[in-house]
Amino acid sequence: MNSSHLNPSSSLKSRFTTRFLRALTRINARKPISPSSPREIFQRYRRIKVAADKSMASSVRSRRTWSRATLWKLRSRSCLQLASLGRRRSVKTSTITSRQAIMKKTSHEIENKTTTEEDHQDRFVGQADKLRELVPGGEAMDLCNLLDETAHYIKCLTTQVQLMRKIVDFYSL
Amino acid sequence: MSSRRSRSRQSGGSRITDDQINDLVIKLQQLLPEIRNRHSDKVSAAKVLQETCNYIRSLHREVDDLSERLSELLATTDNAQAAIIRSLLMQ
Repeated sequence: MNSSHLNPSSSLKSRFTTRFLRALTRINARKPISPSSPREIFQRYRRIKVAADKSMASSVRSRRTWSRATLWKLRSRSCLQLASLGRRRSVKTSTITSRQAIMKKTSHEIENKTTTEEDHQDRFVGQADKLRELVPGGEAMDLCNLLDETAHYIKCLTTQVQLMRKIVDFYSL
Repeated sequence: MSSRRSRSRQSGGSRITDDQINDLVIKLQQLLPEIRNRHSDKVSAAKVLQETCNYIRSLHREVDDLSERLSELLATTDNAQAAIIRSLLMQ
């Protein structure tokens, strides 16, 4: 465990790789009727993407707001999917969309008021709002935290892409 | 005017200085591949944020693309290779 103190990114890489490969073998173990049909490939693609994002967020654990938000989103989405099997899901989705509507409304209000502001932070409120949409959990962060979380999120995303590329290369041999 | 004051009070009560924001923006700038190569100090903060959004979107697209490729590859590969790969990568 000493190596994790010297090089924290290597332990992140190995945590992600272990989790992701484990998820891949699980996904691969499902024996569908027609493994190469386009629909099957599409479903597998969705599962793999979710597994990749979940593996990275789990490897970061709860230390970051964005990883907590990702894990929460994935867990609540799987709960929704289970709930929709037999019951109406209109209630739950309407609360989510109304929350998004509230977020959009407040950001528009802030944007309209900042055209004449001299406060430096308001110069890039427009860009910051776009960033909030991209970074998980970004809606609830102030500008300082948003920039900090974005930096960490980008580092982890590039690691994720790098490792996924290596895995694809291995499988392509 | 009062709305501006109340909004800044809502940001946790802590004084977020311009220097702090600038430092964070510079830190972000270092992570972006294009701006880093230009070695220019005169990139505005709005431009950095814009490039950050574009970069995150392109990373998301790459994850999507790699997931698709993996999905197609899994259709043709069997389980034994996954175990071999894991043992190789865990060294």
